[in-house]
Amino acid sequence: MPTSIPLDYYLILSAVLFVTGVVGVITRRNAIVIFMSIELMLNAVNLSMVAFSAYSGDIAGQMFVFFIMAVAAAEAAVGLAIVLSLFRNKQTVYVDEVNLMKW
Amino acid sequence: MEVQVILFAIFAVGAIGSAIVTVTRKNPVASAMALVGHFFMLSGLYLTLEAQFVAAVQVLVYAGAIMVLVVFVIMLLNLGTEQQLAERSSYLRGTLGTLFAALFVILLALAITSNPSGANQLSSKAVEIGTTESIGQSLFTQYLFPFEAVSLLLLAALIGAVILAKRHVQEGA
Amino acid sequence: MNIDFFGSLPLVAIWLALGAIGIVIQAFVRNNTKLVFGYYVGTLALTAFLAILSSGAKGSSFGGMIVLGGYAAYFDVLFCGAGILAMLAARPYLDRLNAELDEFYTLMVSAVAGMMLMAHASNLVVLFVGVELMSISFYVMAGFLRTDIKSVESALKYFLLGAFATGFLVYGMAMLYGGTGSLDYVEIGKAVSNGTATYPMFLAIGTVLMAAGLSFKVAAFPFHQWAPDVYDGAPTVVTAFMSTAGKAAAFSAFNPVFAAIMPDGVGGITDTMRLALAVMAAVTMLVGNITAIAQTSVKRMLAFSSVAHAGYLMMGIVAGTAYGHSAIVFYLTAYMFMQMGSFVIVGYLEREQGDGSDIENYSGLSKQHPMLAAMMAMFMFSLAGIPPFAGFFGKYMLFYAAIQSGYTWLTIVAVASSVISVYFYLGLIVKMYFTDAPGKKTTFATGTAGFTIAICSVAILLLGIFPWLLTNIISTW
Repeated sequence: MPTSIPLDYYLILSAVLFVTGVVGVITRRNAIVIFMSIELMLNAVNLSMVAFSAYSGDIAGQMFVFFIMAVAAAEAAVGLAIVLSLFRNKQTVYVDEVNLMKW
Repeated sequence: MEVQVILFAIFAVGAIGSAIVTVTRKNPVASAMALVGHFFMLSGLYLTLEAQFVAAVQVLVYAGAIMVLVVFVIMLLNLGTEQQLAERSSYLRGTLGTLFAALFVILLALAITSNPSGANQLSSKAVEIGTTESIGQSLFTQYLFPFEAVSLLLLAALIGAVILAKRHVQEGA
Repeated sequence: MNIDFFGSLPLVAIWLALGAIGIVIQAFVRNNTKLVFGYYVGTLALTAFLAILSSGAKGSSFGGMIVLGGYAAYFDVLFCGAGILAMLAARPYLDRLNAELDEFYTLMVSAVAGMMLMAHASNLVVLFVGVELMSISFYVMAGFLRTDIKSVESALKYFLLGAFATGFLVYGMAMLYGGTGSLDYVEIGKAVSNGTATYPMFLAIGTVLMAAGLSFKVAAFPFHQWAPDVYDGAPTVVTAFMSTAGKAAAFSAFNPVFAAIMPDGVGGITDTMRLALAVMAAVTMLVGNITAIAQTSVKRMLAFSSVAHAGYLMMGIVAGTAYGHSAIVFYLTAYMFMQMGSFVIVGYLEREQGDGSDIENYSGLSKQHPMLAAMMAMFMFSLAGIPPFAGFFGKYMLFYAAIQSGYTWLTIVAVASSVISVYFYLGLIVKMYFTDAPGKKTTFATGTAGFTIAICSVAILLLGIFPWLLTNIISTW
């Protein structure tokens, strides 16, 4: 049963979610929350990809989503290890207490 | 109103709401929980797009694996309790973020209202391509090469995580 | 699906060597770094050899996912060469810090594998996986000295900003996909040049976002801010590797992507994009060179100069012609040798003198290490673009390409910023040759790093005097 929702709705939703993620990255200082905001951004991209794929009947977009998921998992492992390693050295996860991060 | 439209509205509002909660909560555990909710909402949206397999994997991988890892690290570092007050909100950053968001939304509204894509119907093939069968077939034929390449990516991430999180450098190794 | 196995050999070889055999070796051979080091140097050498062997096999493989031969094979050789040079330099460096772990070499080879994917990519999926494979290896390598807070901080900064940029990159890819209905370069190129893109607006947004994402990877304005800090904080051998090979890889991917989404002579929105890229290039080189003047640390100075070089290289993309692309290839090769050589020397001196990257530590270097000082001077001359070194000819080609495509103003900016850069490059040479050393210092043997420095200097001399050695190869693609 085909829906009557225009593609644009999905794209606007995806853009809004992406921007929410970007705002999170800019405004938050907790490295783990920044990381979660980046996950939000990637998920917004996934939504766009699936929407394009479903409306054009082309599978490529859905395939891309799996690769984004794999990469997100790999980034999670490495990113959290870096945060852990920072915490061991400095007892903090706040980027404003990291000298190099004062930009 | 069709069922799909109602479902879309529910999931869309839920997704935006949980995303906002994720980036605004002071407590990282609350953020993580909101993010898990967000992933379920997205999964619902994928179902409205007839992408069943993506919807299932979304819950399994994101909510089931990645978020467990994140929550685990938060608990390991014990961030949920004492340190949560350490994050002071910065006026400058807040303004910057809001400005950026406003700018982006205005641009987006202009771009989309001036140039609607005009696609109102899911493709007739949408149900067919979203099945596990078609995904699997594609993954092991057309997308075989990147699929194998991802194995290297996961290997590198594995080694990297072990190296970074290992406690001591072996002396004289 | 067609699989050109012969042409794909280099990729298959590095995949097998890393994913299957390398892990077994590391699992069963403990505390034998020498063996692991030798194994991975051998892996890269074999891969480079296979790439040369199969460079004639042009076409595509794995259902159009990757392109083979010529351009891609050349970059395979370049990345493997950079990997070997960096490994040779890394051994004595890490040994001194007592941080030589087998995993370092594994990560280095996986980064090389990612770069090769980027050069071979003919589909946005492969490009994405390649970019991430390279980046994830780099994040870990930047933080490899886990007890050194500077190294860990630089890894965190690199990771957070890198993942942020990845978000923009994939969003751009999604928009390109939506606009053209395909992830394949060939299909995208067709849709753009025939004007049959389904949604032209998405195409424009996608191009901007892709440019933003990739310009992070090459450290171009406005996404260059991470580079000096990360390059400064990371172990110097890692900096040497990621500021050269990493940048080369990003450009090797930049080239075909932008050739597809901004084909030459389409006009309209493409011209606007080109102009935007030209402005980005101009600001990048000015910012890089002007900030470099103010630096007191040689490592940071080189980091900013690497930002400026990204600006020069972007001129070739702006030109968009075949000549522009060959200029990029030539300059990347030259840049790789001169930048790697100078960073390895910085790393060596740092090893010798504790925190040796301050410019004061270079005074009187010509008396202490006449050979090293001479080679450093050579690298500096080459980076400044003074003949007869390779940097000069590369810059000449890039400038000429920009003029040919009507970007005379960009060339004028580039020449002006090159003149600015001469100031700090020569400043270092003056420091080395015309001031006296503050005190007596002990000297160390360079170890295997000596090979790296020697090879780099020979290469820039050769390429500078006989540029046709490389231009002849490029013309066969």
